[in-house]
Amino acid sequence: MLSDQEKHEIDQEIRHMPNKKAACIEALKAVQRHRGWVSDEGVADIAEYLEISPDEVDSVATFYNLIFRKPVGEHVIMICDSVSCWIDGYEQILQALRDALGITLGETTEDGKFTLLPIQCLGTCDHAPALMIDTDLHRDLKPENITEILEQYT
Amino acid sequence: MEKPVTRHIQPDKEPLSLTEYEKDGGYQSVTKALKERTPQEIQQLVKDANLKGRGGAGFNTGLKWSFVPMGDDAPHPKYLVANADEMEPGTFKDRLLMESNPHLFLEGMITSAYAIQADVIYIFIRWAYQLSQRRLKKAIEEASEHNYLGENIRGSDYSVDMYIHVSAGRYMCGEETGLLNALEGKRANPRAKPPFPQTSGLFGKPTIVQNVETLCNVPGIVVNGAEWYKGLSRTTEGGTKLYGASGKVKHPGLWELPMGTTAREILEEHAGGMRDGLQFRGLIPGGASTDFLIEEHLDTPMDYSSVMDVGSRMGTGTMIVLDDQTCPVALVENLEHFFAQESCGWCTPCRDGLPWVEKILHAIEHGEGRMEDLDKLTAHSRWLGPGNTFCALAPGAVEPLQSALKYFRMDFERHINDKHCPWR
Repeated sequence: MLSDQEKHEIDQEIRHMPNKKAACIEALKAVQRHRGWVSDEGVADIAEYLEISPDEVDSVATFYNLIFRKPVGEHVIMICDSVSCWIDGYEQILQALRDALGITLGETTEDGKFTLLPIQCLGTCDHAPALMIDTDLHRDLKPENITEILEQYT
Repeated sequence: MEKPVTRHIQPDKEPLSLTEYEKDGGYQSVTKALKERTPQEIQQLVKDANLKGRGGAGFNTGLKWSFVPMGDDAPHPKYLVANADEMEPGTFKDRLLMESNPHLFLEGMITSAYAIQADVIYIFIRWAYQLSQRRLKKAIEEASEHNYLGENIRGSDYSVDMYIHVSAGRYMCGEETGLLNALEGKRANPRAKPPFPQTSGLFGKPTIVQNVETLCNVPGIVVNGAEWYKGLSRTTEGGTKLYGASGKVKHPGLWELPMGTTAREILEEHAGGMRDGLQFRGLIPGGASTDFLIEEHLDTPMDYSSVMDVGSRMGTGTMIVLDDQTCPVALVENLEHFFAQESCGWCTPCRDGLPWVEKILHAIEHGEGRMEDLDKLTAHSRWLGPGNTFCALAPGAVEPLQSALKYFRMDFERHINDKHCPWR
């Protein structure tokens, strides 16, 4: 069952759309905001509320990079792996993250604190290399500063 | 030199409030359009100004608007959608406009919406642009309070609402019809054209999709006229352009310059040339999906037709610079990894072809390539080229590949002959 808050947030979007189905992505984002990720149960809840099939919701959920169909850690680190960051030291930054966290791309630390994921060009190429942690942008990165940045989230 | 798109931006990049922006000449185009001009007159003005779409395709903006059904019989609601899904690798221009000049963007949208008599404006923005989202929300609140949005704008009989959709993330959302599918809550697969969005777009209604920078050019044209706008440019294509440079240049950044500024001027004067000890080898002029240019092309004026004349595309106008300490094969592998991952899977050449391209490049980069692989890559750049797919993702993806094979062929061959990457 969707919570009242989730329903409220989805209704806000449906308000300016000609049909409920059009709010599918907004609904997935709302569920993820409250539950951290979108489980099979979350998919079913959305399907019921928008009156479409769970498969249809899942086909949308799995299409988008930022809808998580698996649990993620408390903080999600998204490192830009696109061309300008790659030219300017992406590999060294990734290595520093691996060393600091003991995980690589697609993994979550054992304590459930951090998940490390790649993300497409963050559009801050004049300040490469860059990454985001949750909604915070960190740029002009240097390998030696990675530990200090991570400490802000512990 | 006039800089209509960035002139309101403060040294600290903090955006102006609505009142400050008005004092700085802001929102005049809305007042002027609504009080003194018909929608068709605005369309004609923008067409005459030769404002070319800044998202990369370079289509005449006013001409695009002229395909929207107008008058009492026109279907409603009509939509204006701002494409703020800046996900082209190496592109960072719309971020600046939204973070530091949100009211100019709003003004451009409102005036453009009036020109096509849109009822609803959507801003389709990528998730990663968090600061842009916060500043746009604030700007929309202010504009609503001051009746630049909502019912009977500034005492006129024109009304329009504005909403933000934050994308759940996929490069395909930047493609016009993929974006419309995403706004309808679906997978962002491309649609077959025709029908074109101008007649049958969002929810089957007339829709114009326009890049952020394009929309930010509209206020100046409406206030100062088409001749003024054309006079800003060094070529026949109107206006100024936000040019950028990233990679190992001394001063990566973004500059509003006359349309048609040469690649050399951008690279040497504005970006400060290469960092010490590095040599220039080439550049990709406008985001990942454009062909490499090399030394002999540096004096090309950067506008849509001139860059096309030398075998590439201006694209987004934000160049990615390749230096002699960076492996061109690995760079192209990085680009093709992006495209293979972001392919939506709708058309076979793209879905199956791009992973092949990526794997072959990976093999070459890691010393496992064979000479015949180069022919395979060349063949793929044809098979994935224009005319074989619904959208421009695959044709764009093979542009840097085909030109790298042309300009850096010796580097590919060295990888194969030496069985390792000379840069590793």
